[in-house]
Amino acid sequence: MTRYLLPVCVFLILVAFLAIGLYRDPSLVPSPLINKSAPDFTLPQLQNPARKLSERDLTGKVSLVNVWASWCGACYQEHPVLVALARSKQVLIYGLNWKDQRAPAMKWLESYGDPYAAVAFDEYGKVGVNWGVYGAPETFVVDRHGIIRYKQVGPLTADDLENTILPLIKRLQEG
Amino acid sequence: MNPATTARYHALLEELRCLVCQNESLAESNADLAEDLRTQIREMMARGASNKQVIHFLVARYGDFVLYRPPFKPITYLLWLTPFLLGLAGLIALMYRIRLRARHKDIPLSSQEQRRLRELLNGDNKD
Repeated sequence: MTRYLLPVCVFLILVAFLAIGLYRDPSLVPSPLINKSAPDFTLPQLQNPARKLSERDLTGKVSLVNVWASWCGACYQEHPVLVALARSKQVLIYGLNWKDQRAPAMKWLESYGDPYAAVAFDEYGKVGVNWGVYGAPETFVVDRHGIIRYKQVGPLTADDLENTILPLIKRLQEG
Repeated sequence: MNPATTARYHALLEELRCLVCQNESLAESNADLAEDLRTQIREMMARGASNKQVIHFLVARYGDFVLYRPPFKPITYLLWLTPFLLGLAGLIALMYRIRLRARHKDIPLSSQEQRRLRELLNGDNKD
């Protein structure tokens, strides 16, 4: 009986590792930018190309940077959550319009609502590369020193806000 | 880019993962992001960037996952060494059992066991 103990134990350990592995989502790539300064950038604003948005606009208060595009279905999905959040005035939301075109992007905001304090127009995704963006939507939480504290890959849900994002924002705003 | 750099460029693309279609390399993927990164890498190499600099650029932005070969650092020690450790453990277990069996071979049979052995060897016409 006891001679089976060792192989069974090894098997159970293996099963534990495999079970943990099966529940992890490999498409969620962790960001190396967490706790680092938001990458420098200067981009024209979407609705007003004469004005610019840069990383300096991300200091002085806690903010969200939401990467979105008019062609992105999941962005459409999460958009009401962002609109509601902006209306609640708990945090400023900046948009990074990623690999998109001006006209459809502006139309999209007109149709579905504009929760953004300002939108940076990253037509070719060059700034996106510096932020490690590999899809839309993605949302970054930036503290008042301009340091990235959290990155969400994929659409934001009300649950994400309630359980993760808002508590973090509160902490960052107080601390 | 000169032929040597071009060759280096293509070789490096095979080592980098496309983060959109994650089982494809940057060389194979048709994703938009892959095209963007290929262009970026091409520009960097045309300006003289080494493989190390390109890799550093990508890992700083996308993390270690962009490399197909996981780097050898504390967090991946277990990943790299476990196959060897398991192989070694298996080898040791095997040697232990062989040695155990070899030890048992030296115990001589008692006279009772010798008689039983002879019966068994001679008596297969009984069954």
